[in-house]
Amino acid sequence: MTQVLADKTIEQRLADEKISIEVEKLNLFYGQKQALHDIDMKIPEKKVTAFIGPSGCGKSTLLRCFNRMNDLVDIARVSGKINIHGNNINQPGVDVAELRRNVGMVFQKPNPFPKSIYENIAYGLRLQGINKRRVLDEVVEWALKGAALWDEVKDRLHENALGMSGGQQQRLCIARAIAVQPEVLLLDEPASALDPISTLKIEELIHELKNNYTIVIVTHNMQQAARVSDYTAFMYMGDMVEFDQTDTIFTNPSQKKTEDYITGRYG
Amino acid sequence: MSKKFFNSGQHWVWLNAGAISISIIMVVGLLGLIAVRGLAHFWPAEVKTFVVADGDKVTLVMGEIHSTEDDVQAGLERQQYLVKMGNRDVYGLDFKWLDVKNIEATSVDENVIVVERREWGNLYGYLDNVVKDGVVHDGDTQALEEIVERANDLHQQIREIEKEDIGSINYELEQLRLEQRKLELDNELTDAVLADLEQQRVALEQQFVEYQQELQLLYSDIKRDSAQFSTIGGEKITLTAGNIVRAYQPNQMGFWSKLGHYFSKIGEFIFDEPREANTEGGVFPAIFGTVLMVLLMSIIVTPLGVIAAVYMREYAKQGPVTRTIRIAVNNLAGVPSIVYGVFGLGFFVYFLGGSIDELFYPEVSPAPMFGTPGLIWASLTLALLTLPVVIVSTEEGLARIPKSIREGSLALGATKFETLRKTVLPMASPAMMTGLILAVARAAGEVAPLMLVGVVKLAPTLPLDGNAPFLHLERKFMHLGFHIYDVGFQSPNVEAARPLVYATALLLVLIIILLNIAAIKIRNNLREKYKSLEQ
Repeated sequence: MTQVLADKTIEQRLADEKISIEVEKLNLFYGQKQALHDIDMKIPEKKVTAFIGPSGCGKSTLLRCFNRMNDLVDIARVSGKINIHGNNINQPGVDVAELRRNVGMVFQKPNPFPKSIYENIAYGLRLQGINKRRVLDEVVEWALKGAALWDEVKDRLHENALGMSGGQQQRLCIARAIAVQPEVLLLDEPASALDPISTLKIEELIHELKNNYTIVIVTHNMQQAARVSDYTAFMYMGDMVEFDQTDTIFTNPSQKKTEDYITGRYG
Repeated sequence: MSKKFFNSGQHWVWLNAGAISISIIMVVGLLGLIAVRGLAHFWPAEVKTFVVADGDKVTLVMGEIHSTEDDVQAGLERQQYLVKMGNRDVYGLDFKWLDVKNIEATSVDENVIVVERREWGNLYGYLDNVVKDGVVHDGDTQALEEIVERANDLHQQIREIEKEDIGSINYELEQLRLEQRKLELDNELTDAVLADLEQQRVALEQQFVEYQQELQLLYSDIKRDSAQFSTIGGEKITLTAGNIVRAYQPNQMGFWSKLGHYFSKIGEFIFDEPREANTEGGVFPAIFGTVLMVLLMSIIVTPLGVIAAVYMREYAKQGPVTRTIRIAVNNLAGVPSIVYGVFGLGFFVYFLGGSIDELFYPEVSPAPMFGTPGLIWASLTLALLTLPVVIVSTEEGLARIPKSIREGSLALGATKFETLRKTVLPMASPAMMTGLILAVARAAGEVAPLMLVGVVKLAPTLPLDGNAPFLHLERKFMHLGFHIYDVGFQSPNVEAARPLVYATALLLVLIIILLNIAAIKIRNNLREKYKSLEQ
């Protein structure tokens, strides 16, 4: 199997996949400092793509380009193209709120709103003007089931979400993100603040979710990347050093830097 | 040992604890002093009769011991009583200093009666007779009680007719006059309209005459009964029943009847209107004015402060300009309040109010309507005064909302405005309430600027009444803080009014505490609801 895969280059492999996000010559500056250098990559649809690399290498920054979260940073400047389903999201006139509805995001630290579990999930729907009780009930149940949380919280939907454990809160955030039915789900180190059992649950969930969503995950944990992802990108100092199938990256990296990082020589 | 003590930091703990203790003692002492001085005033004191020998002249003095004073004069210790002897119409003064060494005898006579009058302050003396419906009852306190009760009922009716019925007729007549003047100014005054107005006026005047007749009857009715008293010096004083508020015999009262008297006096203080240049009666209009003014101020300052803070923290570009504005806002909190009063008078009252009169109420000229100090201008001035507090604490509240919560909302497709409205502002609401609490505490205690922009010693009408539009924002109003100043320093009888100053001060403090407790309750509820900040 490995042999067969190794025969094909990444370009050939990707040619077989449907492409969800296409990045072309993406540069990002924080003031004078360049944080991303000429990134080119294609992220396949309904697969899990992991970004790995040492701290400060730009993997979160790149992830936050996909739903234009970097707009919130005053000094950030972006050039280059990011096509999501063929539309360049960096061109002027793009409805950022609409984009973020299509590209959901889950953050490193669980950040539920100080509202009930139910209202947390209904939040995105209410923003779209959906206020019908029946519809909301359905979506809340569906999203909580999708995030493998329904059985744990179905009896206390109207209690404050802040009373949940950290792992539950993070799955609530995932449920909240999938409730608006995005096409892409960005996970920014979703398990780094959680205990091992919660981490395991999140990883299982990612496995489930990739049937329906394109998932991009940033992680510090290489075992995690190896476990959950189909493709892995290794970044270093704002450069995309290597992007390939996860198996290839971990077993047979073509770049010296990747190999050094994976074998723990730095980072 | 001592080195160890100092290294452990215990001495700092002691210092801090000491500072806290001193603060608490000062606050409790202040409140205690006000409470004791203010509340004791309503307790019926024993009325004593003193036999005073001054040289070879012996006089009798009757009254309550108001205070005692020791002083040393020419090496001799001297004790003096300040006696409240009332009967101002006879003696000219309410109070008299008695040298204790001149007092030959002191006695407490059970038959002494104290009469609270509508004019001339208290009467201390003996009841001679009561004329009830033409029949003379000698020394009958029962009959006195009956005629006082009846007269108080009649007095109440008279007040109602004068204040409410005739008051509203006067109000309507004034409205008619203004309407006519307005039509005249607009050149729309046709004969038909004029006739119509005239008809309404005649109808009102007809009503007025009816009420006038009713009043005449009541006035003569209230004069039907009377009572005669004699003072300790033997002077006879005859009072009509209408002039008596209440009569009681303090030396006969037991504890429970004294307690009843005490609470009825406190009730009068809180719910009645002032009498005798504010030195007697109650302070209800002042309580009403204070609370209404503070509420209006809150309604004005909260949205203004919150909106300003949201713009400064959320939308404005953070740079030197924003920083300068922020410093300016902080400094505004330190501007002396009288300066705001002057500004309010110049800008709000004269400029804004004058312009409103000119543009919308040309018919009231030459008398101003809004172009004169009033409730709305006082509230606006205090809103301006407390604006920095609300802005600063709202800004701090907004700054404390974690970035992760905002990002979470934005990532779900919310715009910045939606994020603010649905998540950030509700979460910052406890901080806004903190700002409002501080604002209320400051505004309710403020007097100096109010003297320029709307507070008066005695307002003839409350700013809220039964005449449309019910809330009269242009009216002048009474305020507890100013009442304290007025009673304490401007009244003709400062000595008699001093306990009232304490009582009013206590009331003001209690009202501020009540307003604050209400706001704190609301804040705690909000905090409970949005307690994620402590994560």
